[in-house]
Amino acid sequence: MSALPPAKIPMVGQRLPLIDGVEKVRGKAEYTADFNFPDALVGRIYRSPYSHAEVINVDISKALDVPGVVAIVTGDDCDQPFGILPIAQNEFPLARDRVRYRGEPVAAIAALDEASAEKALRLIKMEVRELPSYQDPKKARHPDATNLHDDRPGNLERDVHHEFGDVEKGFKEADLIREASFDCAEVTHMHMEPHASLAEYDVERDRITLRSVTQVPYYVHKRVAQCLNMDESQVRVIKPFIGGGFGARTETLNFEIVTCLLARKALGTVRMKLSREETFLTHRGRPRTLVNLKIGMTNKGRMTACSCEVEQIGGAYGGYGIVTILYAGALLNAIYDIPAVKYDGYRIYANTPPCGAMRGHGTVDVRHGFESLLDMMANELGLDPFELRRRNLLNAPTRTINDLLVKSYGLPDCMDWAETASGWKDKRGNLPPGKGLGIACSHYISGAAKPVHWTGEPHAVVNLKLDFDGGITILTGAADIGQGSSTILAQVVGEVLGIDFDRLTVIANDSRITPKDNGSYSSRVTFMVGNAALEAAENLKTILIAAAARKLEAEPDDIECLGEVYRVAGGQDPGIGFKEVVTEALVESGTITVKGTFTVPREYQGGKFRGAAVGPSMAYSYSATAVEVSVCEITGLVSVDKVWAAHDCGYALNPLSVEGQVQGAVWMGLGQALSEETRYHKGLPLGPNILDYRVPTIVESPDIDVKIIESIDPNGPFGAKEASEGALASLIPALANAVYDAIGVRLSETPLTPDRILAAKQKLDRDTPRKEKRAG
Amino acid sequence: MAKSILHLTVNDQPREDAVADNTLLIDYLRETVGITGTKMGCDGGECGACTVLVDGRARLSCISLATSCEGRHIETIDGCAREGRLSRLQKSFHEKLGSQCGYCTPGMIMAAEGLLRRNPQPTDAEIREALGGNICRCTGYVKIIESVQAAAGEPS
Repeated sequence: MSALPPAKIPMVGQRLPLIDGVEKVRGKAEYTADFNFPDALVGRIYRSPYSHAEVINVDISKALDVPGVVAIVTGDDCDQPFGILPIAQNEFPLARDRVRYRGEPVAAIAALDEASAEKALRLIKMEVRELPSYQDPKKARHPDATNLHDDRPGNLERDVHHEFGDVEKGFKEADLIREASFDCAEVTHMHMEPHASLAEYDVERDRITLRSVTQVPYYVHKRVAQCLNMDESQVRVIKPFIGGGFGARTETLNFEIVTCLLARKALGTVRMKLSREETFLTHRGRPRTLVNLKIGMTNKGRMTACSCEVEQIGGAYGGYGIVTILYAGALLNAIYDIPAVKYDGYRIYANTPPCGAMRGHGTVDVRHGFESLLDMMANELGLDPFELRRRNLLNAPTRTINDLLVKSYGLPDCMDWAETASGWKDKRGNLPPGKGLGIACSHYISGAAKPVHWTGEPHAVVNLKLDFDGGITILTGAADIGQGSSTILAQVVGEVLGIDFDRLTVIANDSRITPKDNGSYSSRVTFMVGNAALEAAENLKTILIAAAARKLEAEPDDIECLGEVYRVAGGQDPGIGFKEVVTEALVESGTITVKGTFTVPREYQGGKFRGAAVGPSMAYSYSATAVEVSVCEITGLVSVDKVWAAHDCGYALNPLSVEGQVQGAVWMGLGQALSEETRYHKGLPLGPNILDYRVPTIVESPDIDVKIIESIDPNGPFGAKEASEGALASLIPALANAVYDAIGVRLSETPLTPDRILAAKQKLDRDTPRKEKRAG
Repeated sequence: MAKSILHLTVNDQPREDAVADNTLLIDYLRETVGITGTKMGCDGGECGACTVLVDGRARLSCISLATSCEGRHIETIDGCAREGRLSRLQKSFHEKLGSQCGYCTPGMIMAAEGLLRRNPQPTDAEIREALGGNICRCTGYVKIIESVQAAAGEPS
C-alpha cells in the first residue's frame, strides 16, 4: 500500500466516451431487429389505403387460407383505446369503426415467412364508406366539415387561451407594434433505426415479454397491459439498444401493441420490422404550425407586450396534442422579460399520420417566429439584434408571469460568446453580397415538472447494487437512446463514490430488473435521474464510510475518502482500500442495495390555471446561435458556412457529450430550416423515404462550434441542466435572419427551400423601385 | 426461388452457402452468416447504414445480391477488431463521439475504412465526399469528421 493515496481524479466534467460506446463501434450492440429468435414468426401490418373512411368490413378470410399464415388480428381483437395522455386516448392499435389516415394499421399478420405474410397482405379486403378527408386546417375547421372524432366538433382537439399581465396596457405603452405570420412545415424525427419490436407470448403462464424501440418502456408496459387486458405484472418490457428517438418513441406506438396482440393470438413469438416507409407513417413528428405573432416595444427596444396565436395541424389522433399546444404558449415566457403575454392556441385534427413530441416539443416554431420578428423590429429601430435582446433579459432568479421559476440564466453569456466568436461586430454589414450573418436565442426545460401519470411516486428512482466483487451496478429505468444518459449516470455515481470508472456497470430498462422510470422525454434524465443517482450514491457512501470507520476504529465523521482510499483524516495511517471497505460493509448485511429518489418540489410545479402543468421545470437551458450563410441568387440555394452555438447547460457533466448533443440539435434545426418537410397529396404521404425527405448530408453540413456556458443551476446534479433540445430552436430563426442579412428576403414559410427563396427574391426585386435598389 | 452455392470469404473466413438467387447481401450476412453488425436503415439505397467492403471497396449491402459477390472478400464491422482490439476507426469513433445512437456507425466506419485504404490522408472535402451517402441523425457529422481525421493519423 502506498504511503500517499493517489489524488482523486474528478469524474464529472471529464470528456469520457460513452459507457456503451465500444459495443456500438464493434457492431456488437444489439438493437431490436438484431435478436436471434429462430422461432419468431414474421409480423406484417395491413394499412389503410383510405384517408378517411367508415370501416364496414375487414375481410381476412382469404388471407387466413394462405399456407404459412399463423394468425391475423384486426380491430376486433382489441377494443381498448390507447394514447399517451390518460385524458385523450382515442386511438386503437388497429382501426375499428373508422380509419382516419392513409397508412393507419387495420390488420396484422403473423406468418412463418415473409413471402406468406406478403401474399396474405394482398388478400385482405377492406369494405368502407369513404368520408371527406382534410389536410388543410381551414377545411378541417369549416363548420360543415365531418368530424374525425365525434366528441371534438369542428375538429378542434383543444383550444388554449391564456393571458398574463395587462396585454392591452402593454400594447398602449409600445412605440412600435409589429405583426408577422409564419407557416412552419411538418417535420419528422427520422431516427436512423427503423421501428421494430419483438414479442414473446408465454402460453402456459399467460405472460408477454416485449423488446421494443421505446424511449419510455414504462408507458409501453402500461399500454400493452391495458390493450391486451392483462395484469401489469404479467408484462415485461425490455429496451435494447435504440437507434435514436428524438421524441418519436416517447409515446407507445401502435405497432408495439399490435406485435403483442399478434404474439398472443399466434401463441408464440412475433418479430415486427417496419420498413422505412412504415416508420415515416408511424410519424408523431412536429406538426405543421401556423404562428401569428404581435410584439410591442418602446423606441428603446424594451418589450411591453406580446400576443401570439398558434394553430397546429396535429394529424388524426390525440397523441401528445394537448401538451404540444400548451408548450407552444407556455415557453413564450422564461427567456425574455415580457410584462404581458396573450396566447391563443388551437390544436386541429386532420387526416394525416398523428403528430407527437419532437425535439424542442411545441416550442420550436413559435421561437422561430418570435426571434424572426425581433430581428425585423431591431432593424426597424436601428438597434443591433444582440442589443435588442440584451434590453429584455430576465433578472434571474425570478418567477415569470405564468408561474415558471427561473433560477439559473446563462443567456447573457451565451450571447456574448456568439457575438465574439462569430465576429459579429466586424462582419455585420460588411459581408460581400449574398453572404449574411444572423443570430437567435432559445431555451428549453430540464424535465417536465409534472409527469404524464400523476401517481404520487417520486419522479425518478435509481438503485445501486454493491456486491462481494467490488463492482457497482447502477439499475435505472432511464432509456439511453443514444443521447448518453447511462454514461452520465455512471459519472455521477462514480464522482460521489470516488471509485474507478471500470467498477461501474449500468443496467437500463428491463422492467423485471430495473426500477420504474418516467423515461427519456422533455430532457429530464440528466436532471431528474441524475439527481436520483446522486442521492443513491450518497446513501451508499454513508454505508461505506461507516464500514471504514468500524475497520479503522474511528468515528464516521473522521473518515476521509480519497479516491479508493479510506483513512482517518489528518492521521499517519495510509488507510484502507475500497475492496477492504466493501468486505467490511458486507459483513452481516450481505449484498448491499441502496436507492436514491428525486421529486420536483411543489413550488416548481407551476401555477393553478388550466394548462399550468405544461411548461414548469426546475431549470431552463439557454442557447444563443449565430449562423453565417451564403445565398446563391441564381439558384436560391442557401449554404451554411458556419454555426456558432453557445448553450447554457448549467454544468457539463460530460463536455464531450454536451458538444455532441448541441451539435446534433442545431444540425437537426438546420434540416428543418433548409429542407425537411413531410408533404401529402390527398392524405397520401409523398416521398416517405430518406431520399425525398431531405435531411442534410455530410457534404452540405457546416462546421458547428459549440461553447458550453456553465451557469451552475442550484438544483441540478452538480449544477447540470438540459443539453439536448434547447439549441435546436435557435438555429432556424438565426438562419432565417442570416438569409435576410444576405439578400434582404424574409420568408413566412419554413423550410427555406431554393424555390421559396427564389420566388421571394423575385417578388422583392419586382416590388423594389430601381432607384432605391441602386441607392441601397 | 432457385438457389446457388455461393463461395466467398466473410471477414477472412471462407464460406460455402446455398443462397437463393434473390437474396440480398445484407440478409445473407445477418441471417445466413448470423452477424448482425451491419444495419438496415431504409428501404434500399437511401441511408448507407448497411455499407460493407467488397474486395476493399465500400458497397451498399442492401442493394447488392449475395450471388454477385461470388469469389469476393466481404468485410463488415463485425470483423474490424483484431484480437479483440478496436480498429483505428472504431477507436476514434468511440473516443471522439463519432457515434451516438450507434445505428449508422457500422456503415459509417466501413465507408471510412474504404476511404482510408485508398486515400490514407484525406482532406476534409474528401472525407465529406466519401461519406456523402451515409446519413447520421445524431451527430451533425462534426465529430464524425473529427473521428475520421483522427484515425487517418494513426497506423492501420
